[in-house]
Amino acid sequence: MAGSNPNAKPMDITLKVWRQKDRNAIGQMVTYPLKGISPDMSFLEMLDVLNEDLLLKGEDPVAFDHDCREGICGMCSLFINGRPHGPERGTTTCQLHMRHFKDGDTITIEPWRAAAFPVHKDLVVDRSAFDRIQQAGGYVSVNTGGVPDANAIPIPKSIADKAFDAATCIGCGACVAACKNASAMLFVSAKVSQLAMLPQGKTERKTRVENMVAQMDIEGFGACTNTGACAAECPVGISLENINMLRSEFVYAKATSENV
Amino acid sequence: MILDSRIPEGPLAEKWEKHKFDVKLVNPANKRKYDIIVVGTGLAGASAAASFGELGYNVKAFCFQDTPRRAHSIAAQGGINAAKNYQNDGDSVFRLFYDTVKGGDYRAREANVYRLAQVSVDIIDQCVAQGVPFAREYGGLLANRSFGGAQVSRTFYARGQTGQQLLLGAYSALNRQIAYGKVKMYPRTEMLDLVLVDGKARGIVVRNLITGKIESHSAHAVVLATGGYGNVFFLSTNAMGSNATAAWRAHKKGALFANPCFTQIHPTCIPVSGEYQSKLTLMSESLRNDGRVWVPKTVETAQRLRNGEITVNDIAEQDRDYYLERKYPAFGNLVPRDVASRNAKLVCDEGRGVGASGLAVYLDFADAIKRDSQPAIAAKYGNLFEMYAKITDENPYERPMRIYPAVHYTMGGLWVDYNLMTNVPGLYAAGEANFSDHGANRLGASALMQGLADGYFVLPYTIGDYLAKTLYDKVPVDHPAFIEAEQAVISKNNQLLSINGTRTVDDFHKALGLIMWEYCGMARNAEGLQFAKQEIRKLRDEFWRDVKVVGVNEELNITLEKANRVADFLELGELMVEDALNRNESCGGHFREEYQTPENEALRDDENYTYVAAWEFTGVGNEPVLHKEELKFENVKLTQRSYK
Ligand SMILES: Cc1cc2nc3c(=O)[nH]c(=O)nc-3n(C[C@H](O)[C@H](O)[C@H](O)COP(=O)(O)OP(=O)(O)OC[C@H]3O[C@@H](n4cnc5c(N)ncnc54)[C@H](O)[C@@H]3O)c2cc1C
Ligand code: SF4
Ligand code: FES
Repeated sequence: MAGSNPNAKPMDITLKVWRQKDRNAIGQMVTYPLKGISPDMSFLEMLDVLNEDLLLKGEDPVAFDHDCREGICGMCSLFINGRPHGPERGTTTCQLHMRHFKDGDTITIEPWRAAAFPVHKDLVVDRSAFDRIQQAGGYVSVNTGGVPDANAIPIPKSIADKAFDAATCIGCGACVAACKNASAMLFVSAKVSQLAMLPQGKTERKTRVENMVAQMDIEGFGACTNTGACAAECPVGISLENINMLRSEFVYAKATSENV
Repeated sequence: MILDSRIPEGPLAEKWEKHKFDVKLVNPANKRKYDIIVVGTGLAGASAAASFGELGYNVKAFCFQDTPRRAHSIAAQGGINAAKNYQNDGDSVFRLFYDTVKGGDYRAREANVYRLAQVSVDIIDQCVAQGVPFAREYGGLLANRSFGGAQVSRTFYARGQTGQQLLLGAYSALNRQIAYGKVKMYPRTEMLDLVLVDGKARGIVVRNLITGKIESHSAHAVVLATGGYGNVFFLSTNAMGSNATAAWRAHKKGALFANPCFTQIHPTCIPVSGEYQSKLTLMSESLRNDGRVWVPKTVETAQRLRNGEITVNDIAEQDRDYYLERKYPAFGNLVPRDVASRNAKLVCDEGRGVGASGLAVYLDFADAIKRDSQPAIAAKYGNLFEMYAKITDENPYERPMRIYPAVHYTMGGLWVDYNLMTNVPGLYAAGEANFSDHGANRLGASALMQGLADGYFVLPYTIGDYLAKTLYDKVPVDHPAFIEAEQAVISKNNQLLSINGTRTVDDFHKALGLIMWEYCGMARNAEGLQFAKQEIRKLRDEFWRDVKVVGVNEELNITLEKANRVADFLELGELMVEDALNRNESCGGHFREEYQTPENEALRDDENYTYVAAWEFTGVGNEPVLHKEELKFENVKLTQRSYK
């Protein structure tokens, strides 16, 4: 069955892949030559091909995280040729296609590198720190039932749209992997801004920002020094404006805090 | 065994209110004495777990992804229905109920569907209160659109990412309960068996996907919200990890599996591009609001197109067949999913398909762009066009999209009564994992609605009724029933690891998918189904003889994970075929070629098949036992669906 581009020629490439047995093992880069890769394949389908080869040879396949393969679940997380999610801007690893590489290319694949994201195995890292930050305050305290009618509080479209932009973070962690300080500011700011902008989230805005930032520090993420590397690599385009908003929310919270 | 659907007495519109009053309540102080296990934290599971936690129960929740926020629900694009009638266009609870029963081709339970329509309005309120950023109008009120051919605008949406925003809302509610200590979350943990004590569901056996550790968890009730089984077909729009293992293993422990052959094949997906294809990508149904579906009028033109002698833009207007508009003038491109899919298959079978493989039809926006301008179309569908271009390397503004149907959703699932309890006491099923509300075909934007209805608004009431009648006593996890289940899981894993054959798990999975797609897909017939049954059995035998799983149990072992799931698909596939063979009629997503009208439309047999087929497991390779739940329609009249 031919692909959408019948003229696209299969490519031969060389992979250099981080292999690490488990959390405590010492990892290393291992080289795998791969032949006959179709440019229409996705990057992960290329890894599927590698894994089928390895399996048939009785070798351990390369473990990597993935699920939706549609760019929305945030599970895929490969550091490709020195960039989180690879060379294409605004693209998750699973949405990257081999047509962006050339015949003869050598491609390095590593896991996210950050103290707060320890490696489980090969390319799979532990991002549970992100969940704990959300648990610290990334919600509106409402129980099921007993809430007002959905149209009781109109929200100007411009604000709803901005809140939506912030809400699209897929929690992949590329921002952390891109940052030389391994800071999680972009991720945290996206949730803080979304909820601070919406009337429903306003009541708890002070405690939310304080608690989420505190948890971020506990988890061992680095400080933000405004390099902007995070937003440049974010696959869904979360804006640096959110970090500014987090800062002002934080200052406001501290200045007026009741928890002094 | 007599299937009791426990539908409350009384007029349709009053059943749920009355039932809520009749159910037993657990005293607030006693709730903390009960433990509930929730397997799966997609929309259905996360909403249920959070709500149970809020009520005061002790909850343990499980998912196989690294965090609940990545459940497959996240991928839903189009929207969620609710009978709010904010648009004043004639919608009502009754209309949503009616549309859902009719859309499901009269194979769903009236009472369940009515309740679903009733609580749909509360879902939107709940989500907005959580901070879910639904689309809004300039006046600041919520926006709606008509979806999937509905005659009213009742679909709420958040750009093309409704599932993501709803799931993040449910995830936030879940996080709040985790922070309070009411829910304990176990990510990267897969349920591999259900444990029964004295005939009741009392716990589960799980595998920690990082360490391989096999562990038991005990509770007073177990909820399975583990999603659908579309990945039986290997290629589907489901996430790679979506699987049937939890539901299937519960089935093997006694839970009946209902209507397994009812699968939904979505008409607008990006076609397969090669052997390496790992999944299929859905293009939202909303595209059919503006795109026109066509293929060349003649086989000859189609051939020249496939050979590259001509391009799509060389085909003159009069040589194009807008077959949906031609055959269904009233609904045109907006006919229901099953009708659109089947017609795409028909024209491709005739040899009029496009694309290199001939397994695609065009979805053309040229007229819409001429009418509304390119920026207007971009504003509506920009992100979808971008996704299409990313995957296919073709620009849909310049040439029509190529689309083809793909497996998308499974209406079948664990049989549940009105309380969403399976026939196993204490075992509940919610969301796509149950069979309850969509009959033989699900309407667009109704799965999200059902998942959240089950989790936020149904289970919190109905599970209390069961618990109130249950003693507080806890079963320790060293109880023989747990030990036995753990041993079974361990020995199955050991067996998989020791075969050391020559074919990979994916290889078997693809082979199964091909059989299912060919013989139990968009069109089925008795002969093909009989053949498929034998083929699946052969394949299953070969799997257990020749599969290659490397590594050990005590590690992150992606092949072992997959092998367990595929082993279950190989059994479930056979039951789907069995069910399709049994149902000698065509209805909704189940199209038996022997049963069609002269115009090739589905021909139901209401006299003989107005029932839910609930199957009992009797051993691998043994014939399952069929239990019928007769469906009674008192509020809608059964009609032949017609979209002419
Ligand atoms: C591409 C796409 C688009 C869609 N768009 C729409 C739409 O616009 N509108 C609409 O209404 N519907 C849509 N649907 C359907 C809808 O998204 C799903 O039916 C629904 O989200 C299912 O939710 P769920 O909670 O039942 O299951 P899921 O979201 O699939 O969650 C399953 C959960 O179970 C867990 N799990 C599974 N097995 C195990 C196990 N053995 N052990 C532990 N955990 C387990 C998983 O980790 C996960 O947490 C779409 C579906 C697809 C594929
Ligand atoms: S901010 Fe962007 S890069 Fe960071 S987790 Fe969210 S989506 Fe990923
Ligand atoms: S696999 Fe889901 S975003 Fe890449």
